[in-house]
Amino acid sequence: MNARFLLLTALAAAAASAQTPFERIANAAKDPQNWLTYSGRLDGQRYSTLAQITPANVKDLELKWVLQTRAPAEPNSKYEATSLVRDGILYTVQPPNVVVALDAASGRIFWTYAYDPSRESRPCCGRVNRGLALLGNTLFMGTLDGNLIALDARDGHLMWSTRLGRPEEGYSVTVAPLVVKDKVIAGPAGGEFGINGYLAAYSAETGKEVWKFHTIPQPGEPGHDTWGGDSWKHGGGSIWTTGSYDPELNLIYWGVGNAGPDWNGDPRPGDNLYTSSLIALDADTGKLKWYFQFTPHDEFDFDATQVPVLADLTWHGKPRKVVMTANRNGFFYVLDRVTGEFLLGKSFAKVTWASGLDEKGRPIRTGHSTAEGSIVYPENQGATNWYNPAFSPRTGLMYVPCWMDTWSVYTSRLEPYQEGNWYSGGGATHNIPALRPGPVTRRLPETAWGAIQALDPETGDVKWQFKMTDVTDSGVLATATDIVFAGGREGYFYALDARTGAVLWKTMLGGAMSAGPTAYAVDGKEYISIPAGNAVFTFGLRDE
Amino acid sequence: MDFTKVVLASLLIASPIAAQEGHGVSPADLERGMQIFLNNCAGCHGPDGDLISGVALYSGRFRRAQGDNELRRIVQNGIAGTPMPPGNYTDEQAGMIVAYLRSMAATGGGKLTGPPGNAESGKAIVEGRGQCLECHRIGRQGTITGPDLTGIGRMRRAVDLEKSLVDPDAEIRPDNLTVRAVAADGTPITGRLLNMDTYSIQILDARSASLRTLKKDELRDYEVMKKSPMPSYRGKLSEQEISDVVSYLVSLKEQM
Ligand code: HEC
Ligand code: HEC
Repeated sequence: MNARFLLLTALAAAAASAQTPFERIANAAKDPQNWLTYSGRLDGQRYSTLAQITPANVKDLELKWVLQTRAPAEPNSKYEATSLVRDGILYTVQPPNVVVALDAASGRIFWTYAYDPSRESRPCCGRVNRGLALLGNTLFMGTLDGNLIALDARDGHLMWSTRLGRPEEGYSVTVAPLVVKDKVIAGPAGGEFGINGYLAAYSAETGKEVWKFHTIPQPGEPGHDTWGGDSWKHGGGSIWTTGSYDPELNLIYWGVGNAGPDWNGDPRPGDNLYTSSLIALDADTGKLKWYFQFTPHDEFDFDATQVPVLADLTWHGKPRKVVMTANRNGFFYVLDRVTGEFLLGKSFAKVTWASGLDEKGRPIRTGHSTAEGSIVYPENQGATNWYNPAFSPRTGLMYVPCWMDTWSVYTSRLEPYQEGNWYSGGGATHNIPALRPGPVTRRLPETAWGAIQALDPETGDVKWQFKMTDVTDSGVLATATDIVFAGGREGYFYALDARTGAVLWKTMLGGAMSAGPTAYAVDGKEYISIPAGNAVFTFGLRDE
Repeated sequence: MDFTKVVLASLLIASPIAAQEGHGVSPADLERGMQIFLNNCAGCHGPDGDLISGVALYSGRFRRAQGDNELRRIVQNGIAGTPMPPGNYTDEQAGMIVAYLRSMAATGGGKLTGPPGNAESGKAIVEGRGQCLECHRIGRQGTITGPDLTGIGRMRRAVDLEKSLVDPDAEIRPDNLTVRAVAADGTPITGRLLNMDTYSIQILDARSASLRTLKKDELRDYEVMKKSPMPSYRGKLSEQEISDVVSYLVSLKEQM
């Protein structure tokens, strides 16, 4: 027996085990049974080409399995992680940092790795994590206390751990990292604690830093002069939602967080680059190719941390490589992703902080945060936020989870920086709770409501709108069968007609959705999976 | 597991306090208490309870506690102003932990009897002649078909490690079981047991070193092995060499 066991293990060592080389991630569109990266694809489209679930049979979806967790999901530890799936194994992160590997068809657990973040952690907005990245047999996860760690995907063994910033200073890592070639890209959150932000690439093999791009230009770097005095030191520029990658251009696109202090712009005169901007970086060197700032001199906490969606469109008759983003500031933007040229910008929700955009896409500023407090639309959480959008190349529409008709009273205050303390320079009232307070809502939709909106990139027009009484923190998923899967705070999980917004199917999951749905297949069967409340729910068609 | 039986017997005879307060302690309770201790306390206190200076959890004597009630309170509430953290344990779990602390005193802390070992020589044996890395991982070396030995020194007492080497069949932890199965087409399957229910078994497949679900109704046969796939090193390594290997394993305290 022992001899045979030895033989088997020797074979195991020799056999190249289930691997995910980067090519597999880059070709995700041709490999739809797997979900190998945060958005399912490097272009950020969250579009699945699986075609078993259709508008005709979607009403036959049934619950296949549930992963119950013990994490207190609401209001503080929202389940924001997108699951990854490879070869029938699903990997998810329960808040804050518990990784679970399970059978994607049955929900049975293989292993659990519970990372215990330091008590010094200071997450601004909940003990959350947005998911994992995967390369070869290694999983990558950011931790609430400021580390990026690597785990063996086969047994959860810790491979390396790299510190991105000290939790005592407010650094945390909640972003799902992005794997590009042999590197893992990530950066720290902490925009409400006066961090000095950056996006960096780490060797997937060792965790060693390969390059670093300062989202707050350091002395001597271009853009440093957009910060008056010493204000750059605690300028924020956090990273907390995953970017996208174009293999042909070899460019990484990533949205940068708000300027610090959030609601008081006086101590930081200037545009405050590269906060509230989209940056395009060379994937090998981290060198800036171009940037576009959506909210110069932000006073509203308008992080530009939305997932940038890359698409090749026929745009007003001409082929265009574009990057699209529906921004927290209430405007939908289409940019040329080769040059960064502004092509289109149009509001998709009520906006009063700017009366519009000029021909370069710069906002015409009409609203401010003031000492006595000013009402400004949209509210501090924005017209959309980290909840991922989706794009269907079939319908040509961008699907965006939205908060409609929201406003805040923005108040500015002089607040000295103190290490580890909240550094926000004032406050913003919420006419909707930033976190779902519980399952009961008595707030009337007149005071703000939620919607999934389908936007036309050529015009910025709203093609259709699916209205919800309460707002939504849920990502959306588009499929090649013209279905959009979406959730919301109320607890409903929907299949909508991608061309009309009509409800094709809905089910009640009893908890708010704060993560993005994924589609995958095991043994030829398609599944749709989404976390809601404390649990992960997975659906498939009824077996014959 | 005979260890707990011995412990329980001696606990009742040799430890009047435990006998008096620790009524209703079963071998299963002690086993559970040991697991909680190794998973949640040994990281600071060491598996032998002797790593924090001035604190000797193995000795049965405590600076801050007299009886079991006080000990339970420390385990649940921690010690304010010190690194000793509060733990979210039920009264029942706290009782199991305390029973285990008492049992450590009853077994004299489980000290080794062999010659003093040399960790350097032990390392050479583990990586060379012992062929341990054919089945085990230590840090970035080895394979993952057997239990991960990275950090094993934080989790196990020296006596337990020694026993694993000379008598692997004596005790196989529930985390370290091996499944042998035969697929419907006759293909043999071997792997570490990760999870099991009425219909399926989850394993880390030894052949492919990958995660795999076996559906019971698709197997010709399956069993959880009672014997360890690990060879006994009694006779294969000298007493001195065994001590060296144990010293090396004890020194493995890092997580990666
Ligand atoms: C983070 C490290 C840490 C962990 C984890 C930890 N302890 Fe402690 N423990 C300490 C320290 C340090 C002390 C000494 C406190 C002092 O008196 O200054 C201590 C003291 C104690 C004492 C009091 C000792 C005495 O002499 O009175 C007991 C009992 C104890 N620990 C049991 C446990 C148990 C049981 C667990 C697991 C459930 C545990 N500890 C987990 C660090 C830890
Ligand atoms: C043929 C494969 C194989 C070889 C070779 C092997 N082991 Fe093991 N070992 C196992 C398996 C499987 C287990 C789990 C079952 C058990 O506990 O016996 C195990 C268990 C252990 C344990 C107990 C782990 C625990 O969680 O308490 C230790 C310690 C250990 N081995 C050390 C060694 C050392 C040191 C060597 C080399 C001198 C070695 N092993 C060689 C397969 C092997």
